[in-house]
Amino acid sequence: MRVALFITCYNDTLFPQTGIATVRLLERLGHTVEFPEDQTCCGQMHSNTGYGDEAIPLIRRFVKSFRDAEVIVSPSSSCVSNIRTAWLRTLADTGDEALKRDVAEIVPRVFELSQFLVDKLGIDDVGAYYPRRVTYHPTCNSLRALKVGDAPMRLLAKVRGLDLVELPDARECCGFGGTFAVKNEDTSVAMLSDKMRSVLGTRAEICTALDSSCLMHIGGGLHRLRSGVRTVHLAEILASTEKDFIHGERR
Amino acid sequence: MASAAEPRTFPQLARRAVADTQLRRNIGNATQTIRTKRAAVVAEVPDWEELREAGRSLKEHTLRNLDRYLVQLEESVTKAGGQVHWARDGAEATRIVTDIAKRHSVKEVIKVKSITTEEIKLNEALEDAGIRPFETDLAELIIQLGDDVSSHILVPAIHRNRAEIRELFMRKLGLTELSDRPSDLTAAARSYLREKFLTVPMAVSGANFGICDTGTICVVESEGNGRMCLTLPKVLVSVMGIEKLVPTWEDMEVFLQLLPRSSTGERMNPYNSLWTGVTPGDGPQEFHLVLLDNRRTDVLADRTGRQTLNCIRCSACLNVCPVYARTGGHAYHSEYQGPIGAILTPQLHGMDAAASLPFASSLCGACYEVCPVKINIPEVLVHLRTRAVARSGPSLEKLAMGAAIRMFDNPGLLETAQKIARIAQRPFVSDGYITGGLGPVRQWTRARDLPAVPDQSFREWWRTRR
Repeated sequence: MRVALFITCYNDTLFPQTGIATVRLLERLGHTVEFPEDQTCCGQMHSNTGYGDEAIPLIRRFVKSFRDAEVIVSPSSSCVSNIRTAWLRTLADTGDEALKRDVAEIVPRVFELSQFLVDKLGIDDVGAYYPRRVTYHPTCNSLRALKVGDAPMRLLAKVRGLDLVELPDARECCGFGGTFAVKNEDTSVAMLSDKMRSVLGTRAEICTALDSSCLMHIGGGLHRLRSGVRTVHLAEILASTEKDFIHGERR
Repeated sequence: MASAAEPRTFPQLARRAVADTQLRRNIGNATQTIRTKRAAVVAEVPDWEELREAGRSLKEHTLRNLDRYLVQLEESVTKAGGQVHWARDGAEATRIVTDIAKRHSVKEVIKVKSITTEEIKLNEALEDAGIRPFETDLAELIIQLGDDVSSHILVPAIHRNRAEIRELFMRKLGLTELSDRPSDLTAAARSYLREKFLTVPMAVSGANFGICDTGTICVVESEGNGRMCLTLPKVLVSVMGIEKLVPTWEDMEVFLQLLPRSSTGERMNPYNSLWTGVTPGDGPQEFHLVLLDNRRTDVLADRTGRQTLNCIRCSACLNVCPVYARTGGHAYHSEYQGPIGAILTPQLHGMDAAASLPFASSLCGACYEVCPVKINIPEVLVHLRTRAVARSGPSLEKLAMGAAIRMFDNPGLLETAQKIARIAQRPFVSDGYITGGLGPVRQWTRARDLPAVPDQSFREWWRTRR
């Protein structure tokens, strides 16, 4: 299949490894990956902070970049859920009927990576190898807005060498929430400390999720603690194969 | 404008609350207990999702036809011997209630727990008129005796522990001996309240539901103190928001299932009191219903905001909210706290009083998931954020957001910004992480490290593949 990658501004700038892993994984599964280079951002930060109207040019840009794509896949559940749930609401009061039609037409073709693999392609074994003790944090957007269900767990369960451990109070928000993390810093950090306690309690080496943003928050806290526990996007785990490890150590 | 000495915004009040570890533990434990109870009794109902849908659609239908239903309720109440009063705002409502009290030369009134009367500051208005209000709900009594404010719409004294309550009762009720056993504390409150039930001639209640076809008003409570107020005094005044209508008696079956399971985690509520007008020789001989608007019609006119009026005040959203669990209710600076408070307060009291509340959420969606009448609270929060931004003046944030859009709408500019960031971050980077910085970066890095912008962006890597 021809897959157009929506990398998101966040992954492009801060977590290129997530995008690289997504490309490697999809190509390994036999798909052709395209990257429309004039893409940038879905406008999530703007709409969630109360600047919905400002995000409209970004919606227009996305539609232009991806109009011809067969499917659009993104390794970010919050950006996909923003596209799916917020865009038409943002556009409700604009008179741009053509844009509304374009958005309505494009939205069903936009997939979060794990949903694309499990629900669209019907694959749960992607042939990955990852010899680590891993816990999965279901971010709020993947859990409630996108309803990815057990897709990520099914994928993780088939990764060879991986020791999957359940995260206590998994459904609790980590406290990131976009600009919430800065506007309500104290509350955000209080939520983070409870999430970190849960992660550390599992004795996992790696905490994974479908959102680099939440992982940046959790990982930033874990790094400040010098805990040794790292956060890694699910795409990277799924892209890993035995060739990436020598005697259990990453090349 | 709030002075610096008196913090009013959510982040300021939350900072204080989050630092209070005892409070965090009290609230965390209490909400966890209610949450577990609720989940268990909701799981017992096989058609819970259908019930939620029924509740939502009944509410929407009622609100769409509110004009008609309000007139019907007025007719039914009047026919049953009650008197209906219309109040545009809090000032009109409190004047109606104090006038009734004055007409009967009443010096004291007993009260059933009611957030609507808190919303209109009825107790203050009565006191100004020389009338003493006595709260009879145990938690409200604790709040009133302690000159405190409620921190939870259902469990107003959730932030107080037993030792504090014992000390308060001894001091305020003039007791020389009292243990902190719940039964002893309840007994102390009971002997104090019983005298009030038997001697005070007027009661004021709120209303959970107003049933249009019969003119019946309903209050749902747990202790029975409310029922004492509703039956013993000669005069009864009920203050009800105009959104609390239920079309028919039959419709109550939906709400009397949704409410107790969602709020206290009970299968059925201990006391469901229903009264219809007056009955000679039995119960209050004069009944007044005050129908309160207080901006509710404005909310109704707002396409996204109107679902807020579906709320049946169950408090399930407070008990699942990760923000509420860390800050408690006082940080919301309102009689309505938690997620529902964050959307209800700015709409009922105006954005000036509550501009920080729509931002007091990580938008995790747990409140929407649990709401028995399907209010999409995150959607309304974002809607109100837009309104808060639109009415605020020029700010650094607005400049930054504008600059970000210009950058994101131009891939070349985005790349340039990425390159600049790599250079600008250098003084703050160690071990691949940023540990200091300015502005929002500083807000972030006080407790968390921030990954440094790597040497190569994804799009740069993509180009190397060709």
